[in-house]
Amino acid sequence: MSWLKPSWQAVLAIVLCVAGLALGAIAAPKVDPLVQPAGTLIYPYAATSWLIFGALLLAALISMARIPSVVEAVVLFIGAHLVAWLLIGGIAGFEGLARAPYFLLLTAAWLLGWRCVAVLSGLRPMASWARSALRLVIPAIFGAWILILWEAVTRGAGIPFILLPPPSAIGQRIASSLPVLGADVRQTIFKAVIFGYIVGSGAGFITAVLADRVPFLRRGLLPIGNMVSALPIIGVAPIMVMWFGFDWQSKAAVVIIMTFFPMLVNTVAGLAASGHMERDLMRTYASGYWQTLLKLRLPAAAPFIFNALKINSTLALIGAIVAEFFGTPVVGMGFRISTEVGRMNIDMVWAEIAVAALAGSVFYGVVALVERAVTFWHPSVRGG
Amino acid sequence: MTGTSPAVVAASRLGLTFQTNDGPVQALSNVDLTIGKGEFVSFIGPSGCGKTTLLRVIADLEKPTSGTISVNGMTPEQAREKRAYGYVFQAAALFPWRTIERNVGLPLEIMGLSKAEQAERIKRTLDLVNLSGFEKKYPWQLSGGMQQRASIARALAFDADLLLMDEPFGALDEIVRDHLNEQLLELWGRTNKTICFVTHSIPEAVYLSTRIVVMSPRPGRVSDIIESTLPKERPLDIRETPEFLAIAARVRDGLRAGHSYDD
Repeated sequence: MSWLKPSWQAVLAIVLCVAGLALGAIAAPKVDPLVQPAGTLIYPYAATSWLIFGALLLAALISMARIPSVVEAVVLFIGAHLVAWLLIGGIAGFEGLARAPYFLLLTAAWLLGWRCVAVLSGLRPMASWARSALRLVIPAIFGAWILILWEAVTRGAGIPFILLPPPSAIGQRIASSLPVLGADVRQTIFKAVIFGYIVGSGAGFITAVLADRVPFLRRGLLPIGNMVSALPIIGVAPIMVMWFGFDWQSKAAVVIIMTFFPMLVNTVAGLAASGHMERDLMRTYASGYWQTLLKLRLPAAAPFIFNALKINSTLALIGAIVAEFFGTPVVGMGFRISTEVGRMNIDMVWAEIAVAALAGSVFYGVVALVERAVTFWHPSVRGG
Repeated sequence: MTGTSPAVVAASRLGLTFQTNDGPVQALSNVDLTIGKGEFVSFIGPSGCGKTTLLRVIADLEKPTSGTISVNGMTPEQAREKRAYGYVFQAAALFPWRTIERNVGLPLEIMGLSKAEQAERIKRTLDLVNLSGFEKKYPWQLSGGMQQRASIARALAFDADLLLMDEPFGALDEIVRDHLNEQLLELWGRTNKTICFVTHSIPEAVYLSTRIVVMSPRPGRVSDIIESTLPKERPLDIRETPEFLAIAARVRDGLRAGHSYDD
């Protein structure tokens, strides 16, 4: 048995594969031969079913042999994805006709993919390029399998398009509607979000410094600011539309209201974060208020300020999209979502969601990168 | 000693009472003290005896509630505004976002010196504390002893005649502390500064000082002032001589007389 190292994923995959073989056809033919004996029968997977079963069994068996981990991962990767590709490719034209073996085979392929990620996670390569490649490959396989399962299940089971369109349809929709999506991103993100984010965060920051300098502001303004943050955005958005019109300015106003308070609170907390000893030190140098602020208190507050900037990057996007539900020119991500839902164009809604998620991630990532560069000295960044 | 040179610090009947939630706490009471130019004065006593508070009053970080005190013939506030002293805290208190050279240059920046002047002084003071070659390092890349040396360099950078040191080596291990004590004495001999040094180590106080001020708590007061008879040149092994041990014994007696060991 020394040449064998069994894994439960591979064993279970083989069991599912054998069960699939026993249960017969992967999917029903398009025309029932009993109802229409004269009709030309198109059988699904006529040419590929042996390849699917063969690839699955072979990959599962090879993976359990005593071979290097890298080879095992490659074999599993090829086996799992070849099977998934053949399954999804073969179901085209037979949507909703999949039978039990289809799902058994899909599960088996997914188990091999799982085993592949598990093997990759166990690798400890010496070279740094290999480590950074692994850091990308593992989440990529993970994400790919979410899409594969989504695609295969929605098409195999024939889930209605309105409920959940397959990712391929969403991808096609994105590719075919690039000009519309581009215009929406320009309207919502480059106008409302960026402007509101900068003004809201900037105003919160300046107010925090003023409140720190002027005691009556600290006592009077902070509780009011607290109340502003509690304003429900759904209630405020229509009022902002009445005040500032249908175009992006009213959305920017909503974003300003949403981003102002996190920045205010975090900056106020950050300005109190520098130690007594450091402040005494500045006092022994007869340093003035502004010098102490610039050279000690603001650098010490930087981690807090960047926290607010990161929180605000997602809040701003949410605020702008929701605000567009309450009146907008015929462009904008929120406008598109609300109208396309009404027209049952669910794939377009998903396309906007995907674009918004991508834009939000990029926005957050950029802020996080700047944070790493600015607060390189903080223990959370330099690692202890 | 105090008669010939002008007083750098002169306190008379100095008192300070903190108002706390548990009622007033008398941190200093009736402190009379004169420190002359070029002296190395240690303040020793158990915690709560007011030795740090006294140093903070000299530095204008606390205001006395009774009595008078002058620093260089001025009020402590005027002296602070004129940057008459450098202060070394218990911890290095270096700013982690600044390199060592920019930390040392911090007081010079605040004073508005020219870039060339700053660079020249940073180089000179880093040489003085043997930290040349570490200019571009960040504080968290150095050991505790090196960090404390950098903070001493920062206090020396603007060339004040008075150096106030609040248990600067308290957090360091014995070996590093011995080494830094030796370096501090050498530095004092070379620069002729006046140094006020708070400690709770008897050997450290005796080894470093020309005068030892023994303090006792509740209320914080000066219970004895001991003139050192040791020569100015002090190798580390002077601590085994009978003369050294005799002074250490006097300090210990002074601490005991102030009932410092009661609790």
